[in-house]
Amino acid sequence: MILLSLNPLSLFRAMPGACAQGLIWGIMALGVYITYRLLDFADLTVDGSLALGGATAVMLIRAGVNPWIALIAAFAIGMLAGMITGLLHTVLGIPGILSSILTQISLYSINLNIMGKSNQAINVDQYKLVVSLRYISGDALSKFMFYGGVIGGCLVLIAILYCYFGTEQGQAIRATGCNMNMAKAQGINTNFHTVLALMISNGLVGLCGGLYAQYQGAADVNMGRGAIVIGLAAVIIGEVLFGKFCAKRKMAFAFTLMSVIVGAIIYYIVIAFVLWLKMPSDDMKLFSALVVAIFLWIPELKGKHSKKGVAKQ
Amino acid sequence: MSGENRGYALELKNVHKTFNAGTINEKVALEGVELQLEDGDFVTIIGGNGAGKSTMLNAIAGVWPVDTGSIVIGGTDVTSLPEHKRAKYLGRVFQDPMTGTAKTMSIEENMAIAARRGKRRSLKWGVTKEEKERYKAMLKTLDLGLEDRLTSKVGLLSGGQRQAVTLLMASLQKPNLLLLDEHTAALDPKTAAKVLALSDKIIEENGLTAMMVTHNMKDAITHGNRLIMMHEGRVIYDVRGEEKRNLHVSDLLAKFEEVSGGEFANDRMILA
Repeated sequence: MILLSLNPLSLFRAMPGACAQGLIWGIMALGVYITYRLLDFADLTVDGSLALGGATAVMLIRAGVNPWIALIAAFAIGMLAGMITGLLHTVLGIPGILSSILTQISLYSINLNIMGKSNQAINVDQYKLVVSLRYISGDALSKFMFYGGVIGGCLVLIAILYCYFGTEQGQAIRATGCNMNMAKAQGINTNFHTVLALMISNGLVGLCGGLYAQYQGAADVNMGRGAIVIGLAAVIIGEVLFGKFCAKRKMAFAFTLMSVIVGAIIYYIVIAFVLWLKMPSDDMKLFSALVVAIFLWIPELKGKHSKKGVAKQ
Repeated sequence: MSGENRGYALELKNVHKTFNAGTINEKVALEGVELQLEDGDFVTIIGGNGAGKSTMLNAIAGVWPVDTGSIVIGGTDVTSLPEHKRAKYLGRVFQDPMTGTAKTMSIEENMAIAARRGKRRSLKWGVTKEEKERYKAMLKTLDLGLEDRLTSKVGLLSGGQRQAVTLLMASLQKPNLLLLDEHTAALDPKTAAKVLALSDKIIEENGLTAMMVTHNMKDAITHGNRLIMMHEGRVIYDVRGEEKRNLHVSDLLAKFEEVSGGEFANDRMILA
């Protein structure tokens, strides 16, 4: 009965928006991947640094700054937020997750101060924005430009990250995240590399905030609420669905990063589907948390079934 | 004291360390350790549980700061240096094979990280082509078939293979001092013997100064040129050369009983 009242066309129409959102949030998910997987650090700064990037970009654009420059600024200020979390952790010795919560909370006030009120809009007619909702509802050319640009941008980011984590410095970050004792024994300054990784991660999150604010034409002090859950969802969905596929490839790490972005797209498609089912949007956060919980559970579930055959080491 | 005699590879002076001082869990771990190592010394270290063997190695490596005393490696006072800065002078292999390597990284990446010990980590490519060739040749000498698995994740290797790779890593940048902390204790006897033989080979070929903690008294006698025994946070016995070569396990057991007032009955020791 309910199903009959649903219009398949409207689901179809929701797809471009879902993909666009997934691509943009995928950049944040790359940042989450760096802390959560490479550094093994549960970084909740993300919720604050996303809105920080958005607020910064919007206020700069409103002040007449080029939207591209505003994105660079969003990246830079995101790095600063990551640095604060890193210093709270490494210099003051505050546990990682708590350091990030402290930064996140203080960013709420800082974001209000940056914007002067809880949200600020930018009109796409007034400014030459890098991305906008408007572009995907425009003609074929603007659609093509939009998706081409965003996908191209994501691929460039992946290429940069792939190369960076293959350098001496990138390897030092990975060693720090994987085995701190080994890293120290090999002369790696683990504190420095922890801060560095948090900066790169939150820089990407800030960049995502700047892009997303332009996309939706506004920055809101609450725009980052629950962002970490979306980031984790993207990382986990990517791993669960494409983990084996990626591991077999020659450039496994590049494929893994790609799977994170694809994970974000899948997440938004699922959300669009659920919204299409007329689930109340108030329940969305609850639903997101459920999605993440289920995907986090899958590896555990698989492990239980395959353990039988694996001999104890 | 700038006019100090150079020449000691390692000098520990009156090193003290107490854990959880002032609490109910207070444990005096090092109580005035005095030790001088000549260049090229290969010292085996024995002692009962809690004697301070591993603690002494950790003090040298800078895992935590010592309470008092000084630690001088090759003429450089490192007492106040953090762990990662002391790494420049040290090669380390740990008891747990998981500790010495990064399991999510490949063999070549682990080796490349070790080859840059004590150097600044720049934005240069992490593993160069020439390095790959060099590592391949080095791995071949291990005779474990690892030379064809340069890009395999270290986590896929067995404990013995990981210790062998860690030993190679420790010697990539010739260290002033090699610290082996019961590095064969977690391996099966056959693998342990192999890793021990490899340790001897690497120490000899590179002319390294080394310290090896072991629970196996026979190993302690047959390896190295010098043997020290620790008890309650102090070095209580120090033999070298001819005298060491003529030692028997029974001599060491007698020594143990002497210092522990006859009540020495550590089954781990006796079984060894």
